Amino acid sequence: MRPTLHYDAVVVGAGVAGLTAAARLAESGARACVLAKGVGSTHLAAGTVDVLGYDPDRVEAPADALPAFVAARPEHPYALVGVESIGAALEWFAERIERGPQPGYRYVGSLERNHLLPTAVGAARPSALVPETMAAGDVRAAQPVCAVGLRPLRDFHASLCAANIARSGVEARGVELPFEADRPDENALGLARRFEDPAVRRAFAERLRAQLREGERVALPAVLGVRDPHAAWSDLESLLGRPVFEIPTPPPSVPGMRVFEALRAAVRAAGGRIVMGAEVVGAEREGDRVTALHAHTSGRDTTYAARWVVLATGGFASGALALGSDWVVRESVLGLPVRGAPGPGEPRFSADYFGDQPMARAGIAVDGAQRAEGSENVLVAGAALPGAEPWREGSGEGISLASGHRAAEVVRAEEGLAAAA
Amino acid sequence: MTEVLHELLRGSLDHCVKCTICETACPVSNVTPLFPGPKYVGPQAERYRVDDEPSVEWSVDYCSGCGICTQVCPQGVKIAEINALARQRVKQQRGVPLRDRVITRPTVLGRVGTPVARLANASLRSRPLRTVMERVIGVHRDAPVPQFAGRTFRSWARRHESPRRVRKVIYFHGCGTEYYEPDVGEKTVAVLEHNGFQVEIPKQGCCGLPLQSNGLFDDARKYVLRLARALAPHARDGALIVGNATSCTLMLKREAREILGLAADPDLKFVSERTYDVCELLLEQHDRGELKTDMRPVEETVAYHAPCQQQGHWIGKPALDLLALVPGLEVQELDARCCGIAGTYGLKREKYDIAMATGADLFRQIRDSRADLVACDSETCRWQIEHATEAPSVHPIELLHRAYGL
Repeated sequence: MRPTLHYDAVVVGAGVAGLTAAARLAESGARACVLAKGVGSTHLAAGTVDVLGYDPDRVEAPADALPAFVAARPEHPYALVGVESIGAALEWFAERIERGPQPGYRYVGSLERNHLLPTAVGAARPSALVPETMAAGDVRAAQPVCAVGLRPLRDFHASLCAANIARSGVEARGVELPFEADRPDENALGLARRFEDPAVRRAFAERLRAQLREGERVALPAVLGVRDPHAAWSDLESLLGRPVFEIPTPPPSVPGMRVFEALRAAVRAAGGRIVMGAEVVGAEREGDRVTALHAHTSGRDTTYAARWVVLATGGFASGALALGSDWVVRESVLGLPVRGAPGPGEPRFSADYFGDQPMARAGIAVDGAQRAEGSENVLVAGAALPGAEPWREGSGEGISLASGHRAAEVVRAEEGLAAAA
Repeated sequence: MTEVLHELLRGSLDHCVKCTICETACPVSNVTPLFPGPKYVGPQAERYRVDDEPSVEWSVDYCSGCGICTQVCPQGVKIAEINALARQRVKQQRGVPLRDRVITRPTVLGRVGTPVARLANASLRSRPLRTVMERVIGVHRDAPVPQFAGRTFRSWARRHESPRRVRKVIYFHGCGTEYYEPDVGEKTVAVLEHNGFQVEIPKQGCCGLPLQSNGLFDDARKYVLRLARALAPHARDGALIVGNATSCTLMLKREAREILGLAADPDLKFVSERTYDVCELLLEQHDRGELKTDMRPVEETVAYHAPCQQQGHWIGKPALDLLALVPGLEVQELDARCCGIAGTYGLKREKYDIAMATGADLFRQIRDSRADLVACDSETCRWQIEHATEAPSVHPIELLHRAYGL
């Protein structure tokens, strides 16, 4: 076997859960290293922090709804991390964004009241914590909305979006503007890069101003810059003299990329390592402990010895869980026991895509400290945890953030590390 | 065997879920419409490519081969490798220009240029001659071509006697060190020796990477196999092979085996498994408590750029961990993706502007950093950075060399 690198904690996965755990661990003084096969789900998600949107009716205040929600679901990730930990995780996240590489960019909101923001098709989505650049989009506010489409961006149809926003009871209309892009069709990131340029913003605002009516707020697809969104957004607000808000687009998600960059910076600022491209393909064990991980690296595998492993590998979509033709769900990285998969004869899927999907509740079996069954130093965080229905609950980012944060707390307590800065 | 391996690479495209993560990371498609992006020319267009039939699209020639798409793909699709094969087929069908046959042979250029270095360097600096060169063979007049050192690293190595030690490494210096930066090679040897290694420097040639990225696969295979045969016998007793040219070590580790379909060659396999990037090796030394830390302060600010090919090792950024050990040295990590040069890509008349636009983000970060110098593990990237920013640049090993006071 090759020489080994030693860490206090190796985190597998570079999504919100993994980067949060790694940053928090590094901030506590642990030698932490992230191993990731590739970029995580940040680039595909809206960039909002949805904690609890439905139970099953729409939730106004997650703080009020959560105690009963977890009481009814003792196996839910929120029941494991504890309701009080969720707020702490959100606070931590908001602070890291504020300290992050995007100057002045911040998140607004809390568990006290969900925002209700339009998606790219104009459906209303409840989120606890959202980028400042989206906050003016609440569909419960009376101010009429002008949704603005940019011709090269085929993933955002202003009229469709506006028509659906109007169903929430607010006046809304859509306009399409030409926008000079390099290609006939351009994705959100390509446009976001253009919007970093003040001259582009000025020209755009000039063209848009003529289209706007008195008293309207402006909805734009989320393309207001990756590196300096605060500047792009506040600049447009003052150029147009009215509230402007972003609506998340289908992938690539610009707000999601901002989250990735901010969390990555938090890991690095605290001295953590990030190794991209290194897929974990095996492990060494001593009794109930995983002592080292084998990562597939160019030329040969590299061994990462670790006192703790945080598995933040995701669910079926990322390949962390795999369903075999034998109907057995397997955990792909370490072969850990899985819980929550429907048994023989039980319903597995339903025809309603966003409805009850029993198979999707499967996850890695854990105890109350997120410890994987049979592996006392392996903690699980994020979408790999069983028992949640994030697509129905509106809880995906909340689970990732809270469980990633909590995993670091468990290690910190066990290792007697200092409270994080 | 070649076909089997190519089928494996090609088969990975079925894992593509069209998530676009590769397109967010591609440094080229983000600056030019001439390259529509790794997903488009890769997993998508590949389905329409049929052997012996004209290519369905030609834009894959604008892929610089940096490999970032494969590195960020969460589904394990071998995007860059699929595109390298597609590029080769496009080149075969269109014909490979004379220029691409010339600039891809650093050993030939080095042998011709070294004895007449002063004349050659003056010619390469001469505006009128470069204009002629651009017109005649298509190397952009402003492109950063390196200056011959006028001596080879080997001429130093032949005279150098490494102290006998229990631990031995085989030094793979690459062509950049041999003809243009022999001092980097000398410093690498000194740092390794200071850390208790006996350094053996066998006679060696080019790894074939430039040929490979220009679609000249047959010649690339000859070069890399010749190199593997030259290095392997020296490593049979257990010594590791270590190099400072990070793209060339990646060629030995992985690219030649995957892209050139040489996975089955026993010498190359042996060499591949034993090859280390020098910073990777030293970090492992440090982890074992065996790296010397008798460093004196280097009171400077350095901005570190990890080249794309270094990232392709999938080992993180060991240079950053090593530079953090140097007292007094303030290290800033640059997070822009790519300098644009991609070996020979940015030298080409039709691609120079794209390469400069690709690197613009990095160049801006370097200027904003106000660092005294830039550290970067790849020589062609350093030349591009110096060309674009006028910031002096070094291999990270040179900073360790200074800190050790060697």
